[in-house]
Amino acid sequence: MGRKLLLEHIDVSGIETYDVYRNHGGYKSVEKALKTMSAQEVVEEVQKSALRGRGGAGFPTGMKWSFLAKPEGVPRYLVCNADESEPGTFKDRFLMEKLPHLMVEGMITSSYALGANTAYIYIRGEYMFVLDILEKAIAEAYAKGWLGKNILGSGYDLDLHVAPGGGAYICGEETALLESLEGKRGNPRMKPPFPAVKGLYGCPTVVNNVESICAVVPIINIGADEYLKIGTEKSSGTKLISACGNIARPGVYEIELGLSVEDFIYGDEWCRGIANGKKLKALIPGGSSVPILPAHLITSTAAGERRYMSYESLSDGGFASGSMLGSGGFIVFDEDQCIVRNTWNFARFYAHESCGQCSPCREGTSWMEKVLHRLETGKGNMRDIDLLAEINKKIEGNTICPLGDAAAWPVAAAIRHFREEFEWHVTHPNDAITRNYGMLKTPSITL
Amino acid sequence: MISTLETQAKRPPFSPEKLTEVQGVIKQFPEGKQKSAILRVLHIAEEEFGGWLSPETMDYVAELLDIQSIEVYEVATFYTMFNLKPTGKFVFEVCRTGPCMLVGSDEIIDYIKSKLGISAVGETSADGMFTLKTAECLGACGYGPMLQCGKVYHEHLTPAKVDELMDHYRAKYSSSINQN
Ligand SMILES: Cc1cc2nc3c(=O)[nH]c(=O)nc-3n(C[C@H](O)[C@H](O)[C@H](O)COP(=O)(O)O)c2cc1C
Ligand code: SF4
Ligand code: FES
Repeated sequence: MGRKLLLEHIDVSGIETYDVYRNHGGYKSVEKALKTMSAQEVVEEVQKSALRGRGGAGFPTGMKWSFLAKPEGVPRYLVCNADESEPGTFKDRFLMEKLPHLMVEGMITSSYALGANTAYIYIRGEYMFVLDILEKAIAEAYAKGWLGKNILGSGYDLDLHVAPGGGAYICGEETALLESLEGKRGNPRMKPPFPAVKGLYGCPTVVNNVESICAVVPIINIGADEYLKIGTEKSSGTKLISACGNIARPGVYEIELGLSVEDFIYGDEWCRGIANGKKLKALIPGGSSVPILPAHLITSTAAGERRYMSYESLSDGGFASGSMLGSGGFIVFDEDQCIVRNTWNFARFYAHESCGQCSPCREGTSWMEKVLHRLETGKGNMRDIDLLAEINKKIEGNTICPLGDAAAWPVAAAIRHFREEFEWHVTHPNDAITRNYGMLKTPSITL
Repeated sequence: MISTLETQAKRPPFSPEKLTEVQGVIKQFPEGKQKSAILRVLHIAEEEFGGWLSPETMDYVAELLDIQSIEVYEVATFYTMFNLKPTGKFVFEVCRTGPCMLVGSDEIIDYIKSKLGISAVGETSADGMFTLKTAECLGACGYGPMLQCGKVYHEHLTPAKVDELMDHYRAKYSSSINQN
């Protein structure tokens, strides 16, 4: 049994309500922080815990907090990134829906650490039903004196609000999110200046993922030393993994970082193997933006070592033979799935979601989508495969935000590991079409 | 959802209750930053005024937020959730992205098309009841295939479940008509 820090009480009935949550140790981190610690001490504790951002990039949370500028007389903001739109990722929804008070508690403790008196949770517009749940929890927290003026008599004030998006993946990128929260189109800003210096309304702002903010609660409760005992040397603590695709038991699991990938896929406690007794073909371990891994690189690395669910082990081998932990969106493919079709599907996603500001991204993503569609439907030729690589190079590194890269890299990885399957679509144009839905048996080619 | 139905023909302005709600949203942001309320207000306006944002509705929102109409058009056209033309009484938005495709979203989309007798995504059934749209990943990847209708997620879809859903929404519509 792995240790649970976020989902410890998930099975308690009524845990979404204030009383039950409070009776199970809820809001203790706020008491501890506001009554016994200075804001700086909270920041230091989070720094010491080595918590890495759970939104995808894995940037150390404590370090980000320490960068926050503190000019006199200028408000500072904490903004929670609840835009969760990376395909394969549904863990933040799970946290907020089932444990809304953990989200609220994390926001209070974190805002106190940063000296923010106003904080926002920016939630994707499609999660309007989750927004209702959060607002109910927030109202309860105000009523019980955890929000508002002079919280616990400490002299610290905090207002917390939830703001919905309108359906745009790009608003998960932190500067696009801030634009959106200011009521504009979600076009990412040039960095620098970073949000820590110039964020919401031009004021110093920290943007953190839902899970990062929730993780602050156990870190303050048990202390950084205890937190560091969980996980691996480079990946401390626990992580939520949202597992989906062709597995027997999809869902959200809290794992101790460092669990083996094999145990996670086949273990009884987690995914329970591939659905319908099929064989594992490929894995995207951290959301659609990270490289796909073929079967032989999933449970072990290219060097033949066991592969673990951690930042360092999943990226072992770099882009040549590794991937990334990313957002924890764990997408499993069985033997019947068509990699070309899936690559095209994701390319269509990025083409649809490009904000259109930079031409390499706007044009490149839709070109990739068109070329991949051609290949997928049996109308492509061999040169198209190399053309994709060329388009990739034109996008990579030439854009304002990382969406361009996020669109390009998975295509490159798919071709790297499954080139034969792309070629097969060119040499078997008629069969390529019949395989469209991935429902037919994989033809006899060596994958 | 029912409230949308009751207000099919409704046009600006908001009722006094809705206006109070909107004022509350504006107050969540600092003085002079009322534009921050725009997305939330557009969602409310869409729900109140017939399920889509007419130019009249957008101009009204601009007035409420004391900003230029163009600022509202800019935003309404950027975000995919907003309907800029009238839709059926219920909009089914089926997720079409990778993880849902792995578990059969394409088949569900085809099934809904044939049930509604429409030839393409984006069309509305002849009786004006359902519009089929597709959406990108809605954060329900482990529970696919799935669709969103209004605020509600319907997950683990099968053809039989789609049949049930259509009956459910038809019944909901009939009872809302009978109430009026
Ligand atoms: C295109 C794009 C989409 C992103 N989407 C999300 C998202 O949905 N949720 C999220 O927390 N971070 C997302 N990020 C990462 C954010 O920019 C930012 O790094 C993150 O919110 C920081 O929080 P963390 O350090 O706690 O992970 C996205 C980044 C990019 C480039
Ligand atoms: S890389 Fe793409 S999504 Fe990012 S700013 Fe440029 S056009 Fe917009
Ligand atoms: S892929 Fe359909 S909800 Fe995520």
